[in-house]
Amino acid sequence: MANGIRDKVAILGMGCARFGERWEDDADQLMVEAYLEAMTDAGIEASQIDAAWLSVGFDAMNIGPSGIPAAIALRLPNVAVTKVENYCASGTEAFRGAVYAVASGAADIALAVGVEKLKDTGYGGLPVRTRGTTFDMIGVVGSAPGNFAQLASAYRAKHGIGRDELKRAMAHVSVKSHANGAKNPKAHLRKVIDMDTALNAPMIAEPLGLYDCCGVSDGAAVAIVTTPEIARALGKKDLVTVKALQLAVSNGWELQGNGWDGSYFHTTRIAAAKAYREAGITDPGKQVGLMEVHDCFSITELVTMEDLHISEEGKGWRDVLDGRFDADGSNPCQIDGGLKCFGHPIGASGIRMIYENYLQLLGRAGERQRSTPPQFCLSHNLGGMPNQNVAAIAIVGMAGA
Amino acid sequence: MPGIKSFGAYVPRRRLQRDAVYQANRWFAPGLKGLAKGERAIANWDEDSVTMAVEAARDCLRDHSSAEVATVLLASTSLPFADRQNAGIVKEALNLSDAVGTLDCGGSQKAGTTMLIQAFHAAAAGPVLALASEKRRARPASEDELVNGDAAAGLLLTAEDGIARLIGTHSVSVDFIDHFRPSGAEFDYGWESRWIREEGHGKLAHEAVAGVLEANEVAAGDISRFIAAIPGKGAAASLAKKAGIRAEAVVDDLSAVLGHAGTAQPLLLLAHALESAGPGEKLLVVGFGQGADAILLETTPAIADRRSSGGVSASLARSCPESNYMKYLAFAGHLQLELGKRAEFEQKPVLTALYRNRKAVMALVGGRCTRTGTIQFPRSEISVNQNDAAVGTQEDYPLADRPAKILTFTADNLTYTPDPPGYYGMIEFEGGGRMMAEFTDADPEAIEVGAPMRMMFRVKDRDQRSGFIKYFWKAVPAAGSN
Repeated sequence: MANGIRDKVAILGMGCARFGERWEDDADQLMVEAYLEAMTDAGIEASQIDAAWLSVGFDAMNIGPSGIPAAIALRLPNVAVTKVENYCASGTEAFRGAVYAVASGAADIALAVGVEKLKDTGYGGLPVRTRGTTFDMIGVVGSAPGNFAQLASAYRAKHGIGRDELKRAMAHVSVKSHANGAKNPKAHLRKVIDMDTALNAPMIAEPLGLYDCCGVSDGAAVAIVTTPEIARALGKKDLVTVKALQLAVSNGWELQGNGWDGSYFHTTRIAAAKAYREAGITDPGKQVGLMEVHDCFSITELVTMEDLHISEEGKGWRDVLDGRFDADGSNPCQIDGGLKCFGHPIGASGIRMIYENYLQLLGRAGERQRSTPPQFCLSHNLGGMPNQNVAAIAIVGMAGA
Repeated sequence: MPGIKSFGAYVPRRRLQRDAVYQANRWFAPGLKGLAKGERAIANWDEDSVTMAVEAARDCLRDHSSAEVATVLLASTSLPFADRQNAGIVKEALNLSDAVGTLDCGGSQKAGTTMLIQAFHAAAAGPVLALASEKRRARPASEDELVNGDAAAGLLLTAEDGIARLIGTHSVSVDFIDHFRPSGAEFDYGWESRWIREEGHGKLAHEAVAGVLEANEVAAGDISRFIAAIPGKGAAASLAKKAGIRAEAVVDDLSAVLGHAGTAQPLLLLAHALESAGPGEKLLVVGFGQGADAILLETTPAIADRRSSGGVSASLARSCPESNYMKYLAFAGHLQLELGKRAEFEQKPVLTALYRNRKAVMALVGGRCTRTGTIQFPRSEISVNQNDAAVGTQEDYPLADRPAKILTFTADNLTYTPDPPGYYGMIEFEGGGRMMAEFTDADPEAIEVGAPMRMMFRVKDRDQRSGFIKYFWKAVPAAGSN
């Protein structure tokens, strides 16, 4: 097996725009906001960037085709800019492109920029779009909450959990993320909510209520990566390095094959096992100190705790209710508010997750800073729907950890 | 003589309560009170005369191989396509061989019986699947709105006697305009009912009845079931009386529970009669519209072997009362509701891709790997089997008639559907294969993990710009289904 990219690439700088309903800004302003922060953090000039990757989830909307919009907005010096789209995992995909370019030696410094301008559709929630010619004839487009809500039905059936019990655990997921988001000045949703608010919210897609769904936001995030050697040469002392970067993509088995029961993410389990191996993690429950997972919906976060092998299968909902993933729990999850409250500008989300882990590792997370520094920080970025998706996992940590 | 080998029917599940129609319209049309009794069948938003014909055909062919069918005829005055053969859509949905003949019949309310007469003739050349289906539009607050019913029926006709053999037919064709609807118009324009009753039913339909009895030397008193599919209270009874047919022979016209399904009504009532008829009974079927057709049949000893499930009774039993007149108006396209921006989703057809994938889309044919037996939908070049990704080993594997169970589900209030919430989820077929499917005719209590489902051919979407109708298969709760 390939020996992976552990410690081959360091993060030189990161930036993240304030997420939210940015009525006054185009995608350009969002990208620039994140870019300038990252460039200041990295301490480099644009001329030092060798290549860039741009991630956008709804690639046919707003900014239009190609990598050109990022090159123009950021006035990149005519370097290669590749646009990537891999559903909601696009952000991690752009990061992966930049990291691999550096790891291969093809680039000394590479940039990943993720952006999404979702508040130009005229309605709430994610835009409705085609999923391809054949799919549109025989598939069910549905809505994002409708697709993910089905996890709950299967999880309940498999583990024999009552609807109300699971609904309480799901509500706890959201209450926790709201508490965390309230402490984050860049978060889209900064209001603390209580259990009753979450439980009694209008139903969006049974059993997901309004507060089981993440925010749909405008935003952008940027990562600049290089080799540890160049980072040190540029004067960086505390280096955050990439420990693992793995993607697993559905091949149709869940949707068409035989055996998947609908209660978990087949791909996340595969990506997690590979990422732990790449990072040298043997006991994730103990070694992964912080997690930013793809909590597009409360139920997604809940089952992901099991798919990442943090919780035992069928016990994740108990760990949630026990506060294990709260900011003061043993394995905090979404300490920045997560997709739920930081917001979910699709193309930016994967990079935003890494941004938070980066800040936490360097002790720069302000009011929400975790007191005990984590050994490994994991981000999990998921695209698609439970029966057909892209699971992306990035693990970062201090060099030498 | 040619005869009927099998019969089938389909009545949509929703039954609009006529009183609800009257209560909503009484401020404007108090005269509707006399019709405000009982219920009528209404199609769901995703049903039309083609989808109902498919279900009636499946019911009719349940115990028969589809390979037996040589010709598919479809009668209706409410077909969705004016130029794209509707019987051809039915043929695809039934996964029949390409080597069958298909024909649409319409243009008059007697098209059902006229088609049947021609079908009996055609049966000499090979079995004919004769279908009639109707979803007629009527203006809100019109009498037709209360009188009509949406339904379909089908008969499999062969050169042999079957369960009922043809004795003879008699047709009368006269341009008697009780109502008309110009091409492209939405609604009928009708004339006074007293005139229709006296000059139309009383004379033209009588001529057909008397004609068939005389030509075949059958005494009126020997008719045991008089099936005059003519709307209007007492129409059949007075026709029977005038012809000398016993009053007890007049069959229940199902107006109290279904309504009048236009061209499909004679076939529907005939199918209903065949469910309970004994051997040696003489049945007289009448269709009316710009003249009249009379068809004389006699049941054979084989009627004792007819199957006991399905048919009109089972379809009628699968019912759910609908008292929401506004919902009916919206489903029938009489109300322009604010659908929201999610309804703006592009539904433009891709006709090349539809043609390539017609078996999967129209007939729900999946694939079966001949090496491993893996069943999947849709079929593909490389098998989905994780242990043996065999290439090019798949054969057609029809899934439409396979029972299924729910694996996952939701009730989605966000996604656009004409009938929210949108129920959908993954289902698994008995014997293998699975898919994500929309659920229709769904109640919250019928939708749970493990609940049994069956597949039905339905409208998936209608493209607002081109008018194209996208058909596909949906899952409906099997409980309470026939």
